[in-house]
Amino acid sequence: MFLFVTRRFGSMVLTMLVVSLLLFLLLELQPGSVATKVLGPYSTDEQRQLWMEKHGYLDPLHVRYFRWLGDAVVGDFGQSTRFKVPVGEVLWPRLGNTAILGFFVLLVVVPLSLTLGVLAGMKEGSVLDRSISVTSILFTSIPEFASAVFLSAVFVFSLGWLPGTSGMSGGFRLEQLVLPVMVLVLYDFGYVARMTRASMAEVMMTNYIRTAVLKGLPYRMVILKHALRNALIAPFTVIMVQINWLLSGVIVVEFFFAYKGFGALLLEASLNQDIYLIEACAMVAVFVAVGTQVVADIGYTYLNPRIRFS
Amino acid sequence: MSEQTAALPKPPSLALRMLRAIALLRESPVGLIGAAIIAFWTIVALFAPLLAPYDPNATISPMLYPGQTDGQGNTFLLGTDHLGRDILSRIIYGSQRVLMLAPLATFCAYIVGIPMGLAAGYLRGKWDTVLSFVTNVILSFPVLVLYVIIIATVGASAANILVAITFASAPGIMRIVRGLVLDLRNREYVAAAQTRGESSLFIMFVEILPNARGPIIVDACLRLGYVIITIGVLGFLGLGLPPPDPDWGGMINETRQLAMTFPHMAVYPCIAISSLVLGFNLLADGLREISLRD
Repeated sequence: MFLFVTRRFGSMVLTMLVVSLLLFLLLELQPGSVATKVLGPYSTDEQRQLWMEKHGYLDPLHVRYFRWLGDAVVGDFGQSTRFKVPVGEVLWPRLGNTAILGFFVLLVVVPLSLTLGVLAGMKEGSVLDRSISVTSILFTSIPEFASAVFLSAVFVFSLGWLPGTSGMSGGFRLEQLVLPVMVLVLYDFGYVARMTRASMAEVMMTNYIRTAVLKGLPYRMVILKHALRNALIAPFTVIMVQINWLLSGVIVVEFFFAYKGFGALLLEASLNQDIYLIEACAMVAVFVAVGTQVVADIGYTYLNPRIRFS
Repeated sequence: MSEQTAALPKPPSLALRMLRAIALLRESPVGLIGAAIIAFWTIVALFAPLLAPYDPNATISPMLYPGQTDGQGNTFLLGTDHLGRDILSRIIYGSQRVLMLAPLATFCAYIVGIPMGLAAGYLRGKWDTVLSFVTNVILSFPVLVLYVIIIATVGASAANILVAITFASAPGIMRIVRGLVLDLRNREYVAAAQTRGESSLFIMFVEILPNARGPIIVDACLRLGYVIITIGVLGFLGLGLPPPDPDWGGMINETRQLAMTFPHMAVYPCIAISSLVLGFNLLADGLREISLRD
């Protein structure tokens, strides 16, 4: 078990290193273009030259990469050209806002999709199963921006129940979170529900469930005591991996609702070619994605008794 | 052709086999609905010049609600946008762009992903280690983060979107194909081909690949739907193809600020995208159901 955990963390660090190298090559291969992006298109050649000298951009590529990497590891990503402050000062509060959003999304998605998935998987091919499956296909087919438009059209423009933007300018307001959370839930729950359904359906076909039914156990007990325990191992992994998806989803949702979170920040940085901010955002995104993957893997081996006791 | 083979019954032609495949869909109502939606949009895209009531880029009368008629007696079934362009015509012409770009991008991703998966799954060893690692690195990016960074850095054009989608999707395809090959490589017909002394390339592409087609086709349908979403999202974020030619995602991006008073401008393109994606997802579900039944 210890060896397994170490190996997973090792591969996580290796992945992060390769990602950082790719990112660095994509964005900082040519010092001249970095200088142009930082100083703006109207800077003179002389200014750029001076800037490159001052910031060590005349050093060889590998020297620059390792210096950048060393700074990044201790959290120093440089100065944001868009916000004119150190990257960390914009990044961490934004990340916190997105964490709040993500927390509420998972708070709704997990119980909803697990319940639907288990109900559908209990009796494969039943009317309930088919209708839950088709509903979840329907909702995964609607892209986030489309459901954002639909929901706004109904709840903001027609009924006037909810605010159409979530800028949180007047302090934290729960009602401003409702629509962003709803949009993300609608897009995400279908996938988790279908995975849960598949896992549940598989468990229901096993011999020990047949034994439990045949020995006359009440159906409720069969489901709650025997089936659920094993059926819910796979969805755990799916939910952890879902966090990776959520990071994609928040870009769209935060942009649409003007929510001041990580996704909107990444988009703003990219559109404005704020390279230090892009690098920081990308590294954080990959860190979260890879980190949850590792947690998912370790959790899976821990939850699955067949692996735990072997 | 030698006399021996001439005695065998002729294999059915490709057209006949495809017809049979479509007939098979009858068994799945869900799949049939999906196929019908896709057929509908394909016809719309093919006959766009005949179906569209107006020029999609012509400024006629701005900000009309659906069904309104302007001073010159022009009626707009789905209204007009902020620049006075007919929304129905833009949606009709926009379908051409989506239905060209999405299948092409998906196809490119498979052209790259399938050989990767075959090599990793059949040759194993170093090939597998290297390809799997590359795959893991690319898949560790949240997809949209990858798209946003790439497109914002290299600029938005059809070719760049194509490359970005290929780059981001090929690893997922590689994983699926690899998994299928790991299962198929131990079959008897593979062993037979190995005994005959066939080359690895022949075994991978002629013996294994055709037998893995079922799951690959289902995956392609799902992936096509997802690529359509991606193209829409890029347009919506302002990273799509440059205006003025109609693009569904771009239409939503341009008009969402006006959604307070004119929700129809964004709602109709959203319905168009969602329905097309739904078509592919339903078809994938139907195909999976049928393939599991046999």
